[in-house]
Amino acid sequence: MKQYIKKYYYGDYGEGKNGAADISTSGSSKQEWPLWEVFIRSKQGLDHKHVGSLHAADAQMAIENARDVYTRRNEGISIWVVESKYIHASNPDEAEALYDPANDKAYRHPTFYDLPDELTHI
Amino acid sequence: MEKNLEVLFQEKIDKEIRIEPKDWMPEKYRQTLIRQISQHAHSEIVGMLPEGNWITRAPNLRRKAILLAKVQDEAGHGLYLYSAAETLGISRDEMYEQLHSGKAKYSSIFNYPTLSWADMGAIGWLVDGAAIMNQVPLCRTSYGPYARAMVRVCKEESFHQRQGFEILLTLSRGNEAQRRMAQDAINRWWWPSIMMFGPKDDESPNTIQSMKWKIKRFTNDELRQKFVDICAEQIKILNLTIPDPDLKWNEERGHYDFGAINWDEFWQVIAGNGPCNKQRLDARKKAWEEGKWVRDAASAYAAKRAVRKEVKVA
Repeated sequence: MKQYIKKYYYGDYGEGKNGAADISTSGSSKQEWPLWEVFIRSKQGLDHKHVGSLHAADAQMAIENARDVYTRRNEGISIWVVESKYIHASNPDEAEALYDPANDKAYRHPTFYDLPDELTHI
Repeated sequence: MEKNLEVLFQEKIDKEIRIEPKDWMPEKYRQTLIRQISQHAHSEIVGMLPEGNWITRAPNLRRKAILLAKVQDEAGHGLYLYSAAETLGISRDEMYEQLHSGKAKYSSIFNYPTLSWADMGAIGWLVDGAAIMNQVPLCRTSYGPYARAMVRVCKEESFHQRQGFEILLTLSRGNEAQRRMAQDAINRWWWPSIMMFGPKDDESPNTIQSMKWKIKRFTNDELRQKFVDICAEQIKILNLTIPDPDLKWNEERGHYDFGAINWDEFWQVIAGNGPCNKQRLDARKKAWEEGKWVRDAASAYAAKRAVRKEVKVA
């Protein structure tokens, strides 16, 4: 497992509990809001689908921004946002080994079975 | 080993397999994409400024609502593109810094002033038209996040061009002063729009490698010709003229011939000496600096709420 987005210093407020105090004293202008991945359900009955990412200070702002950035034309009825640092992903360099177990099991597909043409409704 | 990876990479490209953020890629590919995508993003963001000038001056509520929606789309396009560039390992703030310091370029077209309402029409028809011509092939560009961003952009861009043409059409059917205004806007925007396709192929050193990597699918000159051919027909509906005495149908080539482009002007504008370069950059920097307290306040508020939540949980 590899972290999808390696850099998670985006919203580096200092360690957990320091919170706002840290910000006002640090005085750095180099503080990016954290990065969020946005998932949108385009209509009832469909899955949420990844549509892109954006920066926001917190989850609520991420949802509001996602509405403005990704649903200006009624593209969605539900929005998920996940801070990018929490996304874990498989490593493309290991793809071969990772998916290898499925490669030699053609019998998992219906087309593997050679049956007479007269056989219907199956 | 490095060589091997590069061969494999090119094979993937040749087989039309998209490259995704975590895949191995040559450093030069990454750099080229960062440059191109961030320039593209900057262009969308700076591109809001010439039109922003006319939001409060739109002739009626319908036009105003449309222009607002268009400018908002451009902000959105900038954001799609910035996040696509970020997947290549550059941060948003770095990109802003490059724009504000003048290190990064954006489309030269946005350094021209918008002098009349008809400019909103000419920008929509010509500038957005040229942008679409460039952007449609980018929907199939080899880098996945860029291609996906471009699909969204292209979907939204079509209304931009249509509303522009509609503005010009309305003016062209108006009184003499309105017709003159429309013609004047076309006269001023035509050549800069033609230049938007970039330097001629033999002077565009990046094109060959970009074509090989399928970042670009057509050369600057191919796209420019296509654009000229289309506009030369569309202008007839407006009953106005394109300001090029050499514009003529060439039966043999099956294309319109057109006059020489003033490349000196193009390079001057790129180098920062266009009519509005300074104004545009100043506006961006001002927005960034004056927005700082908002960014800081939002961060502080988020941090405070996070602490409160933690306390509650504990």
